[in-house]
Amino acid sequence: MRANFIFSEVWIGLRRNLTMTIAVIVTVAVGMALLGVGLMINSQVTSLTGYWTDKIELSVYLCTKGSSFEACRNRGAATDEEKAKLKQTIQGIPDVERIEYESQDQAYKNWQATESNQVLLSITKVEDMPESFRVKLKDPDKAPAVMASLKGQPGVSNIINQRDILQSVFGFMGKLRTMALGVAFLMLFAATLLIGNTVRLSAYNRRRETGIMRLVGASNIYIQLPFVMEGLIAGLIGGVLAAVLLITTKVLIFEGIQTYMAAPLGWDTVAGIITGTMAVGVLICVLASFITLRRYLRV
Amino acid sequence: MIHFDNVTKLYTNQNRPALDHVSVDVDKGEFVFLVGPSGSGKSTFLRLVLKEERPNSGAIHVAGKDLSRLSNFKVPHLRRRIGCVFQDFRLLPNKNVYENVAFALEVIGKPRRFIRKVVPEVIELVGLEGKAHRMPEELSGGEQQRVAMARAFVNRPMILLADEPTGNIDPATSIGIMKVLDRINRTGTTVLMATHDAAIVDSMRKRVVELEDGKIVRDQSRGVYGQAY
Repeated sequence: MRANFIFSEVWIGLRRNLTMTIAVIVTVAVGMALLGVGLMINSQVTSLTGYWTDKIELSVYLCTKGSSFEACRNRGAATDEEKAKLKQTIQGIPDVERIEYESQDQAYKNWQATESNQVLLSITKVEDMPESFRVKLKDPDKAPAVMASLKGQPGVSNIINQRDILQSVFGFMGKLRTMALGVAFLMLFAATLLIGNTVRLSAYNRRRETGIMRLVGASNIYIQLPFVMEGLIAGLIGGVLAAVLLITTKVLIFEGIQTYMAAPLGWDTVAGIITGTMAVGVLICVLASFITLRRYLRV
Repeated sequence: MIHFDNVTKLYTNQNRPALDHVSVDVDKGEFVFLVGPSGSGKSTFLRLVLKEERPNSGAIHVAGKDLSRLSNFKVPHLRRRIGCVFQDFRLLPNKNVYENVAFALEVIGKPRRFIRKVVPEVIELVGLEGKAHRMPEELSGGEQQRVAMARAFVNRPMILLADEPTGNIDPATSIGIMKVLDRINRTGTTVLMATHDAAIVDSMRKRVVELEDGKIVRDQSRGVYGQAY
């Protein structure tokens, strides 16, 4: 096998179809980058879900004096007797793993630590903060049933499932992921067609050469290799561009939101995703070249 | 060397076969003219020898190989033992004489030292010494056909197929082409030439196989073109 012969053929082929080659490279790059972003969001969601699942709790808030909740209307703050009874009821539920009481003082301190609005901080008093029971469930999926059974118990103002709050974030990220993967799929489809077309043009441009090669008994691999290599090189360049885009995304977007994410996306994951997307890109290019060749380069 | 046994070839969408129960034997070192009007099956015959087409029935042996049992993977190796020359020369316009001939060896992976040695030899054999660096467009038709013959012969094939090699060339130049073919034949290469050119067939006095409507109507050693008429 004469490597320099093959490479000169590849170079000629790529140069003759420069516009098509660029189209292939750009499509592959964007497609691969979107595929990578989809995978990055996916692994971020997975690690976040794992992280939060351990911590998800139900917050059972109790009535304060003058609480505006429907359940607390026409009554005062929850009495000690009601609290004790409620605690007993919660502990009696088989799905409950543990239960913690948060007093008004604690709630105020926690709130102070996270709230930055000075006006709000200055007018809010400890008495305004609700007391609550923090209930950790053995199985977070049982939350709706537990919530239903606690609702309407005397002294309970309202119940919040922390998962519902996270769910909206996860739901948003899930939609982003689906969109990225959907567009990636379309781009890959377009890339496949473009590569097919490029190889077809290439084969047509070089039909004299390939005809003579066939005639003098060049082996199939010798005839087809330059065309497959064209696809491979276009795929590789596209893959490198996609890697650059993915690294940029990681630095600019994922590092930026990392402060809000308890489980940041690691570089090892990113490296794995880049390798994976490049492999997919090159594989698609080579396969598309091969399939087209079988149709347009009869050997 | 070439053995056709009851070969029939029917192209799809045609009701008359291109070759109709053709049986013919060509021995090693023979020079055979394949004559007959257009559409009589001459080109089909050559394409079958190259395994560019498959027969609908009958058996073909080329260089000792049963073509029906030859896998696609092995077809290139068969073609390395067969040289081909065409009416339209089929040279690469962006390569010079030397490069056109060398191309045939490069693409079958021959080492560069071997190519440097044999290409000038074969260019001399076809009578193009001193023109190795000319481009095809600078050459006359006869010279271009010599380049094509050099390319066909450079790998020392056992068989040389020539499909109307003098079809685009004036009679005076054709004689030179036939001399080269004769020289190639004398090295022991079997030559099978399809042609319309009565003058050439008559002057060479070689074996003539005449096809008409896909059937062999004459097979004559030391024949002439139009004896059947």
